[in-house]
Amino acid sequence: MREPLLRIEGLRTVFRIPGGEFAAVDGVDLEVPRGRTLGVVGESGCGKSVLSLSVMRLVPPPGRVAAGHVWLEGRDLLALPMEQMRQVRGSRVAMIFQEPMTSLNPVHSVGAQIVEAMRAHDPGASAAALKERAIEALRRVRIPAPERRFEEYPHQLSGGMRQRVMIAMALACSPRLLIADEPTTALDVTVQAQILDLLRELQAETGMSIILITHDLGVVAEMADEVAVMYAGRVVERAAARALFEDPQHPYTLGLLGSVPRLDEERERLLAIEGVVPPPFALPKGCRFHPRCPFAIEACRMAPPALEEIAPGHLAACIRAPVEQSVAA
Amino acid sequence: MAAAGTKEDDRTAMLRHALHRLLLAIPVLFGVLLIGFLLMQVVPTDAAVVRAGPTATPDVIEAIRRDLGLDRPLYVQFGLYLWRLAHGDLGVSIINNVPVTQELAATIGPTLELMAASLIWAIPLGILLGTVAAYYRGSVADRLIMAFSVAGVSVPVFFVGLVLIWFVGFKWQLLPFTGRGGPLWTADGLRAIILPALTLGGVFVGPVARMTRTSVLDVLSADHVRTARAKGLSERLVVLHHALRNALIPVVTLVGLQIGFLLGGAVVTETVFSWPGVGRLAVGAILSSDLPMAQGAIIVLSLGFIVVNLLVDVLYAGLDPRVRAA
Repeated sequence: MREPLLRIEGLRTVFRIPGGEFAAVDGVDLEVPRGRTLGVVGESGCGKSVLSLSVMRLVPPPGRVAAGHVWLEGRDLLALPMEQMRQVRGSRVAMIFQEPMTSLNPVHSVGAQIVEAMRAHDPGASAAALKERAIEALRRVRIPAPERRFEEYPHQLSGGMRQRVMIAMALACSPRLLIADEPTTALDVTVQAQILDLLRELQAETGMSIILITHDLGVVAEMADEVAVMYAGRVVERAAARALFEDPQHPYTLGLLGSVPRLDEERERLLAIEGVVPPPFALPKGCRFHPRCPFAIEACRMAPPALEEIAPGHLAACIRAPVEQSVAA
Repeated sequence: MAAAGTKEDDRTAMLRHALHRLLLAIPVLFGVLLIGFLLMQVVPTDAAVVRAGPTATPDVIEAIRRDLGLDRPLYVQFGLYLWRLAHGDLGVSIINNVPVTQELAATIGPTLELMAASLIWAIPLGILLGTVAAYYRGSVADRLIMAFSVAGVSVPVFFVGLVLIWFVGFKWQLLPFTGRGGPLWTADGLRAIILPALTLGGVFVGPVARMTRTSVLDVLSADHVRTARAKGLSERLVVLHHALRNALIPVVTLVGLQIGFLLGGAVVTETVFSWPGVGRLAVGAILSSDLPMAQGAIIVLSLGFIVVNLLVDVLYAGLDPRVRAA
């Protein structure tokens, strides 16, 4: 198998709080193959956004990456000097965010903001050339009348248009990896579909890899080649998208799938997972999911389960997996 | 909202905004004139008596009153007052018969000079200190700057002035501290303005620094600053172009409002340093019951406030495209 574009090893990101610190991301290993999409799913607070900010080294204080490696094309991003990391941002790894309303600077025109991203990685280019390229970037994300939009300010654009501008800006320097943190959560459903289509088309054109962070399993099913399910700062299940949806192995994944409405099945009501994600400073001992798990046994309270291969390419962190055996037993 | 966003449209919007603000300033100006006029009516001083002098007979006083139009109804007096004002006539000083406009023309220059000399260092310094404090939040530098600005806000203007006069001017004899030393482009003129400008600007640095710090802190945690970092901009660009640029919008508002207080500070500073400006003129006129002169000085100071606010409004639109569209 080819070397993956991005390999995350033992990543641990901690936040200092009065009286100690807690790990928002606690020992995560992930791989993103070239030209493919990795979906990272989980409830709010499971650490998926902190994971993506850790890769960019943009974790806001009082947070910091405490351990681990992020290998991108043979370099450990976490060990790079600040100036080299700055050059990686935007040109090798780019990022788009959940809130297109606030992610663009309201006082600069969208054109200026795209040009700025390009100039940061190509300081010698002429203003005219950069403008030309920025308009081309807007055209590439299917923004109509890009010459005119170039001069406009974010408040003059709709949410969907703003997210397109964000994508244009992110892809302005042809990054190899795009991290999309809940890119469609704040958008209308129809606009959502358009943005996802656009991302897929651009991926096909450029061959970039995508990390798609979302809590929406529908989005994952549509977009991802591989899926990692996160719970309380850890990856609890990892598999090819198809395998995960057809044969989920971790009780938490099962719970997530049970809470998705489906058109092709009749159900009395949606199943909810009992309880809430534990706060990171009050994690239960043993398996972090056991207080909410319908399959939990005494052993689950003892030691945290390791992420183990259950079927080829299918990993789950549950001592009772494969689930079928547990249910049968 | 969704109008075409070309540069020309932007400029038109900006111009329209400025005109709109200018029109809004007219009723404010009228209000200021009315209040200035009424204030002089409630002062327990009879202009005719002052004018006539201590030995005048009631007949003379009555004649002077008729002469000044003081026997006519208030609204007629106000109408006449506006009429004369429109013709650039603010009356003559009761004390020395000099036209008020002439005195104002002579004093407005020094006042503008003093304000400019104060703001030109105080605003940049305040913004710089506030930005440093915000960027290195919680550090020793931050704490020192905040302590300094709290002290700056709390100490009254005249006290700063007196301390500077005592040490720099009197004890160490480094700089002059009475009056204006001549035009600013001469060495004497420049030396003479240093202490008054330090005094008046000194009270301004603190508020600007505090406001800038709060505002920059706010913006530094904004999503769009994270975006700016994520696209690989240098920290210098992130701070100057994305954090500070946005943070300046509320700071401009504050500076505009504070300049009103600065006018008040100018009155004190000019008095302390015998600076021949409008502020000192106003104090002198009020103390000697020279009503037309006091009224004229008040009008000029109020007008200054209105003009500054107008400038702030226009500047605001220049900084924030959302204001232009509104």
